Amino acid sequence: MKSRKKLFSASMALALGAMLSWSPPLAAMDEEDAPDMVQIDILANLYAPVEFDHAMHVEYAACVECHHHTTGTKPSNPDCLRCHENSPEAESVACSDCHTADRFSKKDLEERSEPTNYHIDKPGLKGAYHLNCVGCHKIIGGPADCFECHQYTEAGKKRFNTGEFAPKSTGHSDSHH
Amino acid sequence: MLKKLNRRSFLKTSLAGTAGAALMKGKKAEAHSFTGYDDGLGVLVDLTRCVGCRSCEAACNKEQGLPEPAKPFDDMSVFDEIHHGQKRRTDETRYTVVNRYDVPELDHPLFRKIQCNHCQEPACLTSCFVNAYTKTPEGAVIYNPDVCVGCRTCMIACPFYIPTFRYSSAFEPRVMKCIFCYDTRLKKGLPPACVEACPNEALTFGKRKDLIRIARQRIREHEGKYVDHIYGEHEAGGTAWMYISSVPFEKAGFDIHVPKEPILNYVKDFLSIVPMVLTIWPGLFAGFHLLATRKEKAAQVTQDEKEV
Repeated sequence: MKSRKKLFSASMALALGAMLSWSPPLAAMDEEDAPDMVQIDILANLYAPVEFDHAMHVEYAACVECHHHTTGTKPSNPDCLRCHENSPEAESVACSDCHTADRFSKKDLEERSEPTNYHIDKPGLKGAYHLNCVGCHKIIGGPADCFECHQYTEAGKKRFNTGEFAPKSTGHSDSHH
Repeated sequence: MLKKLNRRSFLKTSLAGTAGAALMKGKKAEAHSFTGYDDGLGVLVDLTRCVGCRSCEAACNKEQGLPEPAKPFDDMSVFDEIHHGQKRRTDETRYTVVNRYDVPELDHPLFRKIQCNHCQEPACLTSCFVNAYTKTPEGAVIYNPDVCVGCRTCMIACPFYIPTFRYSSAFEPRVMKCIFCYDTRLKKGLPPACVEACPNEALTFGKRKDLIRIARQRIREHEGKYVDHIYGEHEAGGTAWMYISSVPFEKAGFDIHVPKEPILNYVKDFLSIVPMVLTIWPGLFAGFHLLATRKEKAAQVTQDEKEV
């Protein structure tokens, strides 16, 4: 049991390491390689980077719940089992290795058009984060409101016409009701 | 001028008119067999994924250079707004809106984004007599304000009540509607701004035919989660934007009585008469008038000659 747990933690380490563009030695997957906190900043633009407490999440969820078949654990979804019944641990378990940050690009769409591709409905990186995080948070009562995880950047406030960029006029058609 | 129109030239004109009408008939038959561009792009909207964050509305506003909104885009009180007994609609300041629906059997609200659905055979396009609308091979239904005369027939023709009119501008009145970010994105193969902004991938962009495969897979593999229907696969003859839902579509505000064939098919027979009426009737009635008044005129002429 202990070694299994160790394996999980090691896999986490690898996943998060890759998220941070930090490449760990492939063979050595030790518990101490696992960063407790991860800064997810690859998509930061309208919102500031998100601090992700990986160590805390390990207490709530099994690896397989977020990392699917890549950590070497058997998935429970029968659709996954059709191919991944005996899938070994993947070389990298980083979200961004399978869920592209370049969603809906020409290359991405071409891959999904492949008639032999099963994973035609795989979310992009942003979708994967939100679907997985918020999906689980709603079930177990974790933070699910946008601003419990996100903080606006200047660009974000501009985009949403909020804060110092909030509309001042009151003469618009929306406001006379 | 009128004197030149004798029986021969009258017959000639009528003949030309009939030929013209026949030619148009040929064109219409071609249009009838059109089932949409094969590689057309579209968007699949998954109502189970939408959380009502309004990121799509904000992105659209900036991308299209639309006016400043009345309330910030993170103000969720807009979901309680009722205008003339209706939830929010698209208008000259917003090409897309998200509305909230409280469905009794769900323990959470349901959100639905509306915008132009970019029909395969758009009713707005076929209703427009100056051809201000174009369905591009990429899948967008775009609009040319330079030729539009502001008759607003398209607004009545649209089964989804999407095109709106810019009444606020006396000098630049025009129809305002979602154009699928055609100029800035779609024609380069890029997703529209709303899709790019959606955090939850409630909006999936891709080739329409791929989206149907994706929707089928999603419905099949999440047994019991979705109603087994893709709204827009056949509605109004098929639309580039399609929806899947966990509750029957009428509960999320969809018009489920939208016909399954292009709106064009209902008016085609009538419309084919229009060119005939426009080309033949003027000549025909001018001819009748001349024939009817010929004797009178001749009499007038002889009387004039007598008097001289």
